[in-house]
Amino acid sequence: MTSYRQHELDNGLTVIAECNPQAYTAAFGFFVKAGSRDECDQNSGVSHFLEHMVFKGTPNRSAEQVNLELDELGSNSNARTGEESTIYHAAVLPEFQSQIVELLSDTMRPSLRAEDFETEKQVIIEEIKMYADQPPYGGYERIMEEFFGDHPLGQSVLGTTETVSGLTPDQMMEYFQQRYSPSNIALAASGNIDFDALVQDAEKHCGSWERFDADRTIQQADYQSGFVSLHQPVSNQQYILQLAPGPSYHDEDRFATRLMSTILGDDSGSRMYWEFLDTGFAESGGMGGYEYDGSGSIMTYLCCDPARAQENLERLLKLQQDARANGVTERELELAKRKVASHIVLASERTEARMFSVGSQWLTGLPYRTAAQIASSYEAVTLAQVNDALAKWSLDSNMTVVVGPCENLTAAV
Amino acid sequence: MTHKQIILSHQFANGLTLVAQPMPWLESAAFSISVPAGCRYDPTDKKGLANFTCEMALRGCGDLTNRQFVEALEFNGVDHSSNVSVYNTNFGGSMLASRLHDTLGIFATMLQRPLFPEDQLEDGRQVCFMEVAALEDELAQRAILELRSRFYGDPDGRTSEGDFESLKSITIEDIKAFHQQHYRPDETIVSVAGKFDWDALKDHVGSLLGDWSSKPSVAVDVIEPSRQSHHISFPSEQTHIAVAYPALPYCSDDYFLNRGSVGVLSDGLSSRLFTEVREKRGLCYTVSASYHSLRDRACVVCYSGTTTQRAQETLDVLIDQLKLLRDGIDEAELRRLQIQVRSSLIMQQESCRARANAIAGDWMHLGRVRTLNEINEKITGLTVASVNQFLADHPPRDFLVVTLGAESLEFQRDIVSAT
Repeated sequence: MTSYRQHELDNGLTVIAECNPQAYTAAFGFFVKAGSRDECDQNSGVSHFLEHMVFKGTPNRSAEQVNLELDELGSNSNARTGEESTIYHAAVLPEFQSQIVELLSDTMRPSLRAEDFETEKQVIIEEIKMYADQPPYGGYERIMEEFFGDHPLGQSVLGTTETVSGLTPDQMMEYFQQRYSPSNIALAASGNIDFDALVQDAEKHCGSWERFDADRTIQQADYQSGFVSLHQPVSNQQYILQLAPGPSYHDEDRFATRLMSTILGDDSGSRMYWEFLDTGFAESGGMGGYEYDGSGSIMTYLCCDPARAQENLERLLKLQQDARANGVTERELELAKRKVASHIVLASERTEARMFSVGSQWLTGLPYRTAAQIASSYEAVTLAQVNDALAKWSLDSNMTVVVGPCENLTAAV
Repeated sequence: MTHKQIILSHQFANGLTLVAQPMPWLESAAFSISVPAGCRYDPTDKKGLANFTCEMALRGCGDLTNRQFVEALEFNGVDHSSNVSVYNTNFGGSMLASRLHDTLGIFATMLQRPLFPEDQLEDGRQVCFMEVAALEDELAQRAILELRSRFYGDPDGRTSEGDFESLKSITIEDIKAFHQQHYRPDETIVSVAGKFDWDALKDHVGSLLGDWSSKPSVAVDVIEPSRQSHHISFPSEQTHIAVAYPALPYCSDDYFLNRGSVGVLSDGLSSRLFTEVREKRGLCYTVSASYHSLRDRACVVCYSGTTTQRAQETLDVLIDQLKLLRDGIDEAELRRLQIQVRSSLIMQQESCRARANAIAGDWMHLGRVRTLNEINEKITGLTVASVNQFLADHPPRDFLVVTLGAESLEFQRDIVSAT
């Protein structure tokens, strides 16, 4: 029923789509290889700020026109910035394919007008302050910085109030001209797509974008371990975050490692669930992987009563050591596979989720795979492979950051 | 709309309603079970009892221990959740369509024969304590919950989590008695959406829940709220601003006129609040207005979070925009709203979980389901004249304001109670 199509424009821009003529909707996204790992101290936060500015107008449209037209097409649109990519996306009814592609394409060449820049800077600063008020109160940024050390993946996506305040439109344009080469961008689509028309429209609206060298140097991260305590007196709960090394998105054992994380840290039925959530030792907790180009991490987190935090650190260490020493069981693996298989089918029914899958696969440089092919990779994982992953990615040798009212927590031993 | 939507329903002899929407193009199915055991039925000295009962009900049933119950759901690949609202305790899940019947069987046992293991009472209590404690760190949510409490009063403005003192006093007997009284088929709605065979589903649900004994409904005293604006002092980076004003409930014939006006305020990137508060002035990252309806009362809840020194201006601009609504909307605003609603309704058809929840909600409020076609027709049928007449007759007013932050704001009386 679905078919995969791919085309590359002369300037290097890739057009990819998973076409499903039965779908009710169509989703589109520009995937750009530009994120906080491409920044330096002087322009920290520029990728995310640029993501905002892309919606603030072009030589052809004011900021207000962009918003009006996105709404006139009934689109469900948004954007996100991460360590390695920035994604601009919109889902519409299929009848609006050409209009949304034209509009999104136009926004990808933003004007960066000074007045809009200063107004949007205030919005970004509000966003930074919003997250500063929310758990885990900057804990994520801090643990990334501590864990990755000097490696670019440790750089904050949002930046700080100070770095964002200091940014200028010229700096942003300079960054744009380093990263937003068409060879660094894919237009991904899914759902009820007319692919030939999509290529024609991409050619028409993006074909004149000038190509330049925008390669990224990939260095292996030198992962750090340690224990950092951040005192947050206004916090009611204690937050525990841990990062341990994990697979990159090119590592063969990434499927086994994801199943390992499900077995140990899923929000229902996992070992952490029975240890912490069923007992009320923690309010929430879990484990999940973050895969990057050349590096990876496995995050474990807990939110708990400050009075239980030290005890929970010890329990967590014991759980990790036990899993590594004794492995997991066939039964646990089977249940994890069943959950993942069900999740893949449910996600595959949502057009927007398929667009993210297609675009994200392009970001990794790996060949496209259908949802069924991805599911079969999980199905093929053996118990030995999960236990090998447990041995390889030693969860108990990690960077830990604790945030909350406790002042005297220490690393578990 | 792309597909004619079919809604199937059946009421069993014990009063239980099964309502379903076939989505045969999917390989998945989702269900929602709404039991009339919401937090409005908590005794005033046992607030949190409905939530504690829900927590304990999920700790084993029939022949299944707590661990076996969770494993059975894992085996079926069920992504499940539960929550307690004002009226109901809700259980829901989505899974491969082939696992639907087995999963419903597990939940039917849980509803009728929970074990309520006494040796896990303290674990369950800890989970409930944690939920209360975690809310304290969610500042925006705290402002909005305080707003709802002041708008609806007791018991309909309650949060389901209760408080530490009440939770401490709850016994296993309280939980068993609450279950005995409020877990009953009469007002329970089981909704299913996705790929299924209707006749087989109806027979299956009948065999699982058809013998569940009816019990009388329970009346609750409602205390009229004072609706006093309020400031919660807290040393946060941002001031969290929540504003409510009265609206028509979802069951009202004029609901869509009211909903249309809220859409102009907050639906989409060109909506008035987003444009005036964020885009033109850069006052905040988040600003929104949303509809919140009980069976007989409703309000529009507006929220924005902003740094303390800009909070007064943010509140003033927000209130000004609410007041400006009485002057009416224009043709372009209505046109954008209509296409956005049409688009979002069609997008809903991709998610069985969204549809299972939506049809259960409709049945609770209306005793029937507004189909996507019906909603589309209602929205398409709105005219500028009809919306503006509605706004002239029902201008946003009687604003209730709750703020949380380092400094209190000025809630000008002539603005707050403007007519």
